[in-house]
Amino acid sequence: MAATASMMQSFGPNLSAQNDLVPDWTRTEVSTGTTIMAVEYDGGVVIGADSRTTTGAYIANRVTDKLTPIHDRIFCCRSGSAADTQAIADVVAYQLGFHSIELDEPPLVETAAHLFKASCYRYREELTAGILVAGWDRRRGGQVYCVPIGGMLVRQPVSVGGSGSTYIYGFMDSNYKPSMSKEQCLELTATALTLAMERDGSSGGVVRLASISEDGVERRVILGNQLPKISTH
Amino acid sequence: MLHSLSPQETGGFSFENIRRNAVLESSLSENGFKAPNPRKTGTTIAGLVYKDGVILGADTRATDDMVVVDKNCMKIHYIAPTIYCCGAGVAADAEITTQIMASNVELHMLNTGRPPLVTMVTRQLKQMLFRYQGHVGSSLIVGGVDVTGPQLYSVYPHGSYDKLPFLTMGSGAAAAVSVFEDRFKPNMELEEAEHLVRDAIAAGIFCDLGSGSNVDLCVITEKGVEMKRGRRSDTKGGEGDYRYKRGTSAVLTKTITPLSLELVEESIQAMDQD
Repeated sequence: MAATASMMQSFGPNLSAQNDLVPDWTRTEVSTGTTIMAVEYDGGVVIGADSRTTTGAYIANRVTDKLTPIHDRIFCCRSGSAADTQAIADVVAYQLGFHSIELDEPPLVETAAHLFKASCYRYREELTAGILVAGWDRRRGGQVYCVPIGGMLVRQPVSVGGSGSTYIYGFMDSNYKPSMSKEQCLELTATALTLAMERDGSSGGVVRLASISEDGVERRVILGNQLPKISTH
Repeated sequence: MLHSLSPQETGGFSFENIRRNAVLESSLSENGFKAPNPRKTGTTIAGLVYKDGVILGADTRATDDMVVVDKNCMKIHYIAPTIYCCGAGVAADAEITTQIMASNVELHMLNTGRPPLVTMVTRQLKQMLFRYQGHVGSSLIVGGVDVTGPQLYSVYPHGSYDKLPFLTMGSGAAAAVSVFEDRFKPNMELEEAEHLVRDAIAAGIFCDLGSGSNVDLCVITEKGVEMKRGRRSDTKGGEGDYRYKRGTSAVLTKTITPLSLELVEESIQAMDQD
């Protein structure tokens, strides 16, 4: 084994020779390149997401449910790596469930958000997870907390996330008004998601909506042909 | 070459040889050679949920780059009496992961005294794969029937999972899923569903270089499992007959030499009969 002391270039993660038979996307990590959104209204929150999960250029799941229940009245919207966000959501759901049993009370949305932040910040180097935590509790009503990549935690009345969110900041800023009703919030979310899905290649499929209030959780799906029509080309 | 044992025997993967391998690879390729690759099953695997249960399908080709190393390998693995798992990706990883799952499921059954749930298998799989952060390169389709009904899950090497009524994975997934997208209906009858899975795998076999040979099917219902190994896919003038008729090669001479053997010793060894 005469290893010639040749010029050692910097080597990246691609060490083994490319196997032509196995296409690239079978090796890429699964990502929810996504659009997610959460809006507070008086009495609850409305959350929404698209339904596309991709491995590279291939859509692994076109009807994904990115609105994951963490507790009875607390949901999270997942964006980033599918594996990372699913694992974190499972961990937080367990921790929150345990905490709620200890307290013998429904947990606070703020508690859930802090649990997410704790995991996302501690393992920030290893994780790619952008999460919106939203729900209703008796103390503060409807709340939306944003835990982006890196593990920051901030409460916002309305928040968007994922790769498609960049296309709808302008729409959000101009169309969101404080003190909107639940129906207005649902309409705003559906339209915003449709606009993002139209422009972002990593977002698409159907629009999944949910509204969370004291009375419970109402889930809705808007199929592709039922999406609001946008007047362009 | 002397290698001193590293002081930290922490277990898990050792990435010490990355630098050495990179140097070797570059010096090998200078001479026109290539380093060996881990054997990947360039594969088509598929599953769907039909009226009475789940049908899993797989091709049977295992490849090492451009060479077929196994023409009839088994990609549908046993996990529990009514839960089976198709594996794609690195052959060894898929095989070992499913074996580990099978023994974990057996232990779980003994601990809880209950038949296993498909969600339980999926959860254990994804937690293990997530722990290895994608270095265990197995993509799996887990299908089975339990007390809650028939279910189908896909698990990716990094540990994410999806629950869907029909699924395909492997290098031939794109070809197979197009057949499903065209003809899948919820609550199909057995014959139609079997036909559909067979056609989907056939699409993978014909349209993907990494997949080939036969179609294996596994039909799982609450009553039990039926493995249909090596079922030929419907071909439209695909494979031809490679046997040559007698007389194609002319026989010029024929010599027969009888071998006279004498029986020296005879011994019989009986094997245990269960």
